[in-house]
Amino acid sequence: MANQVESPLARRKQIPGLEFFQRMTKSWSSKLGFIVLAVIVLFCVFGPLFSPYTVDEYHMENMYALPSLAHPFGCDHMGRDIMVRLMVGGRYSLLMGIIASLASAVIGVAIGLIAGYFGGIVETILMRFMDVWSALPGMLLCIIISSALGEGFTQTIIALTIGSIPGCARMTRGQVLAERSKEYIEAAESINCSKVSIMFRHLLPNVIQPTIVVTTMGIGSIINMAASLSYIGLGVQPPTPEWGAMLADAKGYIMFYPHLMAAPGIIIALTVLAVNLLGDGLRDALDPKLRG
Amino acid sequence: MYRYVINRLLWMIVIVLLAAVVVFTLMYMIPGDPAKLMLGLEASEEVLAQKAHQLGTDQPYIVQLGNYLWSVITLNFGNSWKYSVPVMQELGARLKHTIIIGGVGMLLNVFIGTVLGIFAATHEGKWQDSLTMVIAMVFISAPGFWVALMAIIVFSSYLGILPATFILCDWRSYVLPTICGALGGIAINARQSRSAMLEVIRADFVTTARAKGQREGIVVRRHMLPNALMPIITGVGGGLAMIVAGSAVMENVFSVPGVGQYLLDGVNQRDRPVVCGCVVFFAGFTSIAILLTDLAYAFLDPRIKAQYTRRKKAK
Repeated sequence: MANQVESPLARRKQIPGLEFFQRMTKSWSSKLGFIVLAVIVLFCVFGPLFSPYTVDEYHMENMYALPSLAHPFGCDHMGRDIMVRLMVGGRYSLLMGIIASLASAVIGVAIGLIAGYFGGIVETILMRFMDVWSALPGMLLCIIISSALGEGFTQTIIALTIGSIPGCARMTRGQVLAERSKEYIEAAESINCSKVSIMFRHLLPNVIQPTIVVTTMGIGSIINMAASLSYIGLGVQPPTPEWGAMLADAKGYIMFYPHLMAAPGIIIALTVLAVNLLGDGLRDALDPKLRG
Repeated sequence: MYRYVINRLLWMIVIVLLAAVVVFTLMYMIPGDPAKLMLGLEASEEVLAQKAHQLGTDQPYIVQLGNYLWSVITLNFGNSWKYSVPVMQELGARLKHTIIIGGVGMLLNVFIGTVLGIFAATHEGKWQDSLTMVIAMVFISAPGFWVALMAIIVFSSYLGILPATFILCDWRSYVLPTICGALGGIAINARQSRSAMLEVIRADFVTTARAKGQREGIVVRRHMLPNALMPIITGVGGGLAMIVAGSAVMENVFSVPGVGQYLLDGVNQRDRPVVCGCVVFFAGFTSIAILLTDLAYAFLDPRIKAQYTRRKKAK
């Protein structure tokens, strides 16, 4: 595409978002993050199609097999190929991270917008509610909610979402408070814009940027939380090959077959690392002032 | 200032009580009859009804909630449904482990995290900086329980110097849970401290201090650090929240008989008094930590302290 480009302006017209993407992946670390994440996503989405094994296919003669050409990450305690389980499990882990993070951002931003814009009694009630909500650290709240809802994919997503809402709401409210007294809001009010329109058309685009960054980073921490939940016996449970659940499976053999622990842990760490690096790049691209 | 603290403390109690109500309601909605859970499926209707009456679970929600709140206010959480031991007594016995692990982890977080952050900031752009930050990033990203499992493999399995599971009356069993629990927080704090220090490192007053010939150590300690402390305290508070939140998982990995493990046991056995007792403990602990963080701001920054005092006069 490069040889058709005459000026930066023309290029921007050709592919929308390209310039932003380049800004986002300017530093080497966010480039690395993007590449690693892309590889992992491709690995999880398309990998199982090319694997000669299936998730539940077990061969007792391969129990605890060390990594080999046939099984690049070895086999688990039932002789199942760890690599194909990682790929399928990654679909669950990534989906949980993305859906829960997006859902909590949508709800949290809505609460924060309403609280910040209306102020007064609405704000007091909503924010005090958030205080109660976050009196327990997110992880503990997730533990209790997911035990109340039971095991399963959807239930875990709900638990993870609920655990992450207050942070988003607080941040959005803080942003709204800073923007509310600015002139463009006054202008919008003076031409009789509806409250909904002011909140979502005028305020939202101006307060959304930090939320985008935090939501992206949130995907990483939610993947971590989901893995911890499965590990302690809540959330998504075996035989579903979720990454945390695979680690929980492997824990029983930690003294004799520690290599079973390696692959799932490393892939969680890599995914979260990539998300965090990309989040850093996103923050730099959106607002250099936020840089930390 | 005192009135502010008292206000905050009262508000904290309200929040903890409300959190208890929320958790009570959640546990109430869990399907399954607690009496049946305790006595098994074969128990007769009569015995079940008797047990339900004894537990008070045959009463309407509002009455149960009222009884429960009263038991929280009097700090007597009732007996565990599963083991019939007073929850308060069990909490008291388990508190020690959680406090030691959390408290020492906190100290490690404050000192190591901040020092690493300052170290990285004063070597900005050099290899020391990159190395510290890469390591910090790895520990932020890796799941805490997996790092703990790896530590078990290295220190218990291969080297055999530290126990993999908790042994009472042996200080060595605290080492791994404390360090592994604190690692994530230390990494976050190191990143936070570094960026806070970088904010002030090019400030005019630092140049002035250098220009008048002050030694580099004093410039860092006396001029840069006090001005960078606010974000650092925020980082420390975040680290504490992480330790508390991670304590359940960490205690599970190392089988520490602490409050976090108690909560997990209660959750798995649907033991409502146990879960609610642990929740009140954790919520209280977190609220106190947040309050202390806010007070630390006021203590360290006269501007914020003045704000609180003015608010008092306005009332």
